[in-house]
Amino acid sequence: MLYAILCYASEDVVSSWSKAQDDEVIGKLLNVQEKYVQAGRLGPVARLLPTTAATTLRKVKGEAVVIDGPFAETKEQFLGFYTLECADLDEAVEFARELSDVNPSGGSYEIRPVQMFQANKIPA
Amino acid sequence: MTELAWISSTINTARPQAMGALLRYFRDLDTAEEAFQDACLRALKNWPQNGPPRDPAAWLIFVGRNSGIDAVRKRAKQAPMPEEDQISDLEDAESDMAERLDGAHYRDDILRLLFICCHPDLSPTQQIAVALRIVSGITVKQIARAFLVGESAMEQRITRAKARIADAGVPFETPGAVERSERLAAVAAMVYLIFNEGYSTNSGEAPARAPLCEEAIRLARLLLRLFRTEPEIMGLTALLLLQHARAPARFDEDGEIVLLEDQDRSLWSRKMIDEGLALVDKALRHRQPGPYQVQAAIAALHARAEKAEDTDWVEIDLLYSLLEQMQPSPVITLNRAVAVSKVRGPAEALAMIEPLEQRLSGYFHFFGLKGGLLMQLDRGEEARVAFDRAIALANTAAEAAHIRMHIDRLMKDGAARGPARTAK
Repeated sequence: MLYAILCYASEDVVSSWSKAQDDEVIGKLLNVQEKYVQAGRLGPVARLLPTTAATTLRKVKGEAVVIDGPFAETKEQFLGFYTLECADLDEAVEFARELSDVNPSGGSYEIRPVQMFQANKIPA
Repeated sequence: MTELAWISSTINTARPQAMGALLRYFRDLDTAEEAFQDACLRALKNWPQNGPPRDPAAWLIFVGRNSGIDAVRKRAKQAPMPEEDQISDLEDAESDMAERLDGAHYRDDILRLLFICCHPDLSPTQQIAVALRIVSGITVKQIARAFLVGESAMEQRITRAKARIADAGVPFETPGAVERSERLAAVAAMVYLIFNEGYSTNSGEAPARAPLCEEAIRLARLLLRLFRTEPEIMGLTALLLLQHARAPARFDEDGEIVLLEDQDRSLWSRKMIDEGLALVDKALRHRQPGPYQVQAAIAALHARAEKAEDTDWVEIDLLYSLLEQMQPSPVITLNRAVAVSKVRGPAEALAMIEPLEQRLSGYFHFFGLKGGLLMQLDRGEEARVAFDRAIALANTAAEAAHIRMHIDRLMKDGAARGPARTAK
């Protein structure tokens, strides 16, 4: 089964890391991913720009309204995701645990089975 | 990265919010700072053992407030003074912890903390120094290094500025909508000032001053998170990101300025540009243009041009004329003249800047551009005079060196031909 591992953490904390700190975290996260890439199990991975750069389209009384940022203000924000092919939930949890071990942001990883997946390619 | 480094980065993130709340409770900057320091010391002891708290800012506020109350009580015992009126909201110390920080409080707390640094009695340098010290928690030593002065001189400057803030009285009432937007505008201007202080620099000084740019971006992002729907704050954040994205390309290996059109655009930070462009797009949807948005839109046009030749000078000319209407200033006209020279030629640009000469008689970039335009018009003698003035007015060695390069070319070519350029 394909799982999506959704990363939530405090944007305040993550965006205040120095470049050196950020590079260090990303480097460690890439290390964790490496063996999953080798095994051909890791699908698309994305890191998102801060929610301050986000826009939300929401239906209000039947009309689509564009608003700034995510709709709800929360302590932790959705910052990015991984997709991973797993035999069972335990494997997905293990992957998330490995990521979490090297990530000092203290956020959470939400593990969600993927219902539909289209690996469309964007030409570089 | 050590555990200590992560703790200190967590504390720094929480700092504006925690300091803002403590200032509200104690209504006194020194007491708030001491209380915060104390809370940080306890965090250093407590967090490695118990793990970082889920809400570090709430933790620091709670601990800081208790320690501040203790300190005020002790002082009150030594001096026979009624202490209660020095502390506000004492009774709700516990309930407030429960309330956490999701109330509207903390937005005004942080804004207030920033706003007191913009007191009009303080010089721009003092404003920047105090904000970096109080809000960002940068050490006096680092601030002194950024301003290229001694540590004790900077210490004195900050102490004097803080005394002035204390005398002026901190505005504690919750601001109304109009006041809030006035405060926000003042704070935005200060953040821009911090950025410019870091941006206008020699290459040799760049490493010491780059933290100012990064800190300004951090503060702009903080403001944007507090005021997520303010197009001017989107514009400000975008402007700083788009300008700072070029930092890796601004100086060559000899430390000479590399002009915008000669920069290796592959060195520009793609990540910052993407974020900046997203913010510009978002801001423009609001259709409430303001100076930061217009400047950000100009920076965005540069960022979008893959090669210097692709730059949309017609649009930049239009945006500068809009900016001229919003904020009439000879410097903006001067910048617009660069775009005009590209779109309509050097003669028209020269005609546009000549009336500014009196007002910009002390401005390096005026004579740099004038010389460049004259050079393009084959008026080598006059160009030489303008370049000499520019060198005399250069703020940095890199600026002077750049103009000298033009003069050398003039000497070599006799009547030289070269593109009009101005340092950006």
